[in-house]
Amino acid sequence: MSTTPADTAVEIGRSIGVSVPRREDRRLLQGQGEFADDVWMHRQGYAHFVRSPHAHARIVSVDTRRALALDGVYAALTGEEVKELCESPFFQIAPEPAAKIAEYPLAVDKVRYHGDAVAVVLAETRELARDAAGLVDVEYELLPVVVDGVAAAEADAPLLHEQVGTNVAWHGVFDWGDVDWALENADHVVEIDHLHFHRFSSTPLECNAAVVHWDPGTDTVQVKSNNQMPMFASMVIGPTLGVASNRLLFASQDIGGAFGNKIGSYPQIAALALLSRKAGRPAKWTEYRTEHMLSCGHGNERTFLDTRVAVMKDGTILGFKTRAFDDAGAYLHYEPLGAVIWSQVSCGCYRLKHLHVDYTETLTNKCPTIPNRGYSRLQHLWLIERIIDIVAHELGFDPVELRKRNYVQPDDYPYETPNGCVYDSGDLPRSLDIALELIDHDKWRARQRELGRGSGKRIGIGIGSTLDSGTNNFGQARIINPELPFSGNGEAAYVKLDLYGEVNVNLGTTPQGQSHETTAAQVVGDVLGMGPEQVHVTAGFNQQQNTYVAFSGTYASQFAVTGLGAAKGAAEKLRAEIIEVAAFALEADAEDIELADGMCSVRGDQERAIPFIGVANLIYANNAALPTELRERISLNCRHVYVPPFEVPDPDKKRGNLTLTYASQIHACVVEIDEDTGHVEILEYAAVDDCGKRINPRIVEGQVHGATALGIGAALYESFEYDGDGQLQQASFYDYHAITALDAPDIKTADIESPSPFTPNGAKGMGEGGGAPLHAICSAIQDALGDQDAIVSDSHNPWERVWWLVHSGERGEPRGVRVSAQAAASAEGES
Amino acid sequence: MVEAGNVQAIEFTVNGERREATVASRQLLVHFLRDSLGMKGTHIGCDTGSCGACSVIVDGRLVKSCMMLAPQADGCEIETIEGIAKDGELTAVQRAFHEEHGLQCGYCTPGLVMAATFLLRRNPQPSEDEIRRAVRGNICRCTGYVNIIRSIERAARNGAEEAA
Repeated sequence: MSTTPADTAVEIGRSIGVSVPRREDRRLLQGQGEFADDVWMHRQGYAHFVRSPHAHARIVSVDTRRALALDGVYAALTGEEVKELCESPFFQIAPEPAAKIAEYPLAVDKVRYHGDAVAVVLAETRELARDAAGLVDVEYELLPVVVDGVAAAEADAPLLHEQVGTNVAWHGVFDWGDVDWALENADHVVEIDHLHFHRFSSTPLECNAAVVHWDPGTDTVQVKSNNQMPMFASMVIGPTLGVASNRLLFASQDIGGAFGNKIGSYPQIAALALLSRKAGRPAKWTEYRTEHMLSCGHGNERTFLDTRVAVMKDGTILGFKTRAFDDAGAYLHYEPLGAVIWSQVSCGCYRLKHLHVDYTETLTNKCPTIPNRGYSRLQHLWLIERIIDIVAHELGFDPVELRKRNYVQPDDYPYETPNGCVYDSGDLPRSLDIALELIDHDKWRARQRELGRGSGKRIGIGIGSTLDSGTNNFGQARIINPELPFSGNGEAAYVKLDLYGEVNVNLGTTPQGQSHETTAAQVVGDVLGMGPEQVHVTAGFNQQQNTYVAFSGTYASQFAVTGLGAAKGAAEKLRAEIIEVAAFALEADAEDIELADGMCSVRGDQERAIPFIGVANLIYANNAALPTELRERISLNCRHVYVPPFEVPDPDKKRGNLTLTYASQIHACVVEIDEDTGHVEILEYAAVDDCGKRINPRIVEGQVHGATALGIGAALYESFEYDGDGQLQQASFYDYHAITALDAPDIKTADIESPSPFTPNGAKGMGEGGGAPLHAICSAIQDALGDQDAIVSDSHNPWERVWWLVHSGERGEPRGVRVSAQAAASAEGES
Repeated sequence: MVEAGNVQAIEFTVNGERREATVASRQLLVHFLRDSLGMKGTHIGCDTGSCGACSVIVDGRLVKSCMMLAPQADGCEIETIEGIAKDGELTAVQRAFHEEHGLQCGYCTPGLVMAATFLLRRNPQPSEDEIRRAVRGNICRCTGYVNIIRSIERAARNGAEEAA
């Protein structure tokens, strides 16, 4: 078992690459963190939202009188009133006609999903707010419901947003290479009817929460929340509320997990702002778990129809063609960006040259989707891994050999994909070999053969090959909507020497367990020649620190590149300033100044030295002693914005370099299936990570563990499902079985380091993973199935589905796959 | 519905300190701890007793404080995360979580520290299986439980006596 020990003995200035202990732990272990619900304000009221019990209904009336009659109820807002108070609906990323969607902080005229917010009340206590919400009388007139992401695109489907005229939020064809040529010239064409990637989310243990205070004194809106992408939230709700961005002030300290899901709390924050202004009090809201499950946002559900794969006799896969339907739910929150984000990994880990994806995103009467760990890429990577395993299964290839034949090879890097993305570095075959060794692949393959049929048990070996693309080029938004003025990316940091020579770092990120205080201290300490424990990193995000750009936040596997790139750049600027002041004070050349342990000294003459406090004193409190030019230029307060080297993608060809780095995660597992019950037991599990240079290996390993468990949970236990009336079936942790310590296997980990040539420190963003456990477990179940059984066509495989699969052959169920007639002739004897 | 005047006077001990309070009959213990006593280290993750973030020790038993009403705490001795470390000195359990990287976002951590402390008092040398069973009611979404199990194993090895 690979375990990276914490290492406290760090050589000064060389902490990068060392598992230094986390500095966040001490407060968190004692319950001294400050999470969003821990923030209280004087005179605050508690907000409670009234949510729709129906999936689709006209709002006939909302009557708040009975609620307002209770003692201690401060105010209430309805959708109708909110519409009057807002300058405009929320800005839409989508082009026409979906740009016509008019979403307000509360539902206006109609509710569109089970959990849609129709009103909100503010009261003296939590309990009273809840009671008052129960007294809001809402009359509904039910409308027909559509919950199927494919059916929603049909002309006669019930319309969610009448003014849009269709439920299609976005449609586009991605066509790279020549897939028709590939299908005509392939030795085999494998046709897969239907693949379905299910809805789930990471359900962070801390629900959304915010205290919002529209301060009449300063006319600012203070938002203390756990929103993880505050500047995006600000850009969306600012124009709606009519509040300038310099008066909409976000802050957060500790965030109890987010996984992308907490990008989606901006409608509630906007509603709270209006409620606060109306009541003349801060409005505090803490989402209930059921409210979270109903309305916080679910991961993207995607269906792939009529997938056709072009395969040569030797196993070379030329490419594939498919029709994708992504179900965005009732409103577009961050969507339809998912419709392009998958194309960061268009060909997955493989040298596929010919790709054709006809992509439709639809609106349904379900909870809006929101980015969820591995956002939009894991659905596509799952498709590709299903393709690989199904091709292997149908044509008789070894799944390991088929992968290795088609992987991007170590000497291919930098590797340009069919749509112009550039894979920076890696060694996929080696990663796979290590993963297979960790699970003892050969032993289990032999055991599988020995077991044969008739024992009631089946062994399956599975592989999940993934890329964790990090540091987005937001220019990809133009592929969705060419009118959008977005491109590039960036992150800001501030490093200063304080009054007594202390080093302080402010970040623009919103960490949720990713240990930014620890790793930023490592990077800054190394630049300034100090131990990380001598560097103080301010906990959390505060807009008033001015350490942000429009992209600030924590999401999309990018901190190691963007956040630490910014911290490094700012520290280097500070280092240069310290050296200049020290050179003046020591009457030495700047090139001769060395920094070590908070001292500046002249190389070769340790007696000539000035401590950081002396440098700080000269700038802050003793500047008449400095030459005018120096004291006017140097502040010891250094801000840096890291900007990755991107260009604007080509929206017509849907091409460009969409992300800067490509970490890989190769997973392998062994499962045992009980034929009588369909129970899947994980016997072995291994994850091999390659995220380039690791700043803190132990923190990386921890995130690998976490991404793995969430993926296993999703593959076997966790699913959001709606009945035909649009009622969510899993609205609490009773029904949504979040993976527990009894379900999660021990996870063997290993790593290789292929440094990125494109980043300031060789690191690559990681943490999301690419959903590898979903791929690996589906792969293992597939491996356990016989030639007559149906293929694994769903990403969620609870016991009953696995039972159905293992008995599908004997029951003569449709298999959902075939090798096409024309290709079958040339493939005779091989399938 | 609100039932005006439905309140109750209670006496209890929290982290060794004797306290008195008047509580609403319907108030959950976790809300009482957080909202009334300002002890915000005990967290809320689910409202249904499923996640364990609100775990505290009441009269020596591990309790999910969202499953208990504040009036039921009358006469009880309550231990919360705030009372675990004495004078800022972390216990063996807390140190082990730090050393084994058994926490990331830290939201589930107070509940897990309480569950692990409770386990090691009753069973100072638990097997891996016993550890997994002891924390099966504590959901963590960051760590995959791998380092949580290792943390509790380490706590057992290095300092069961301190937790006791």
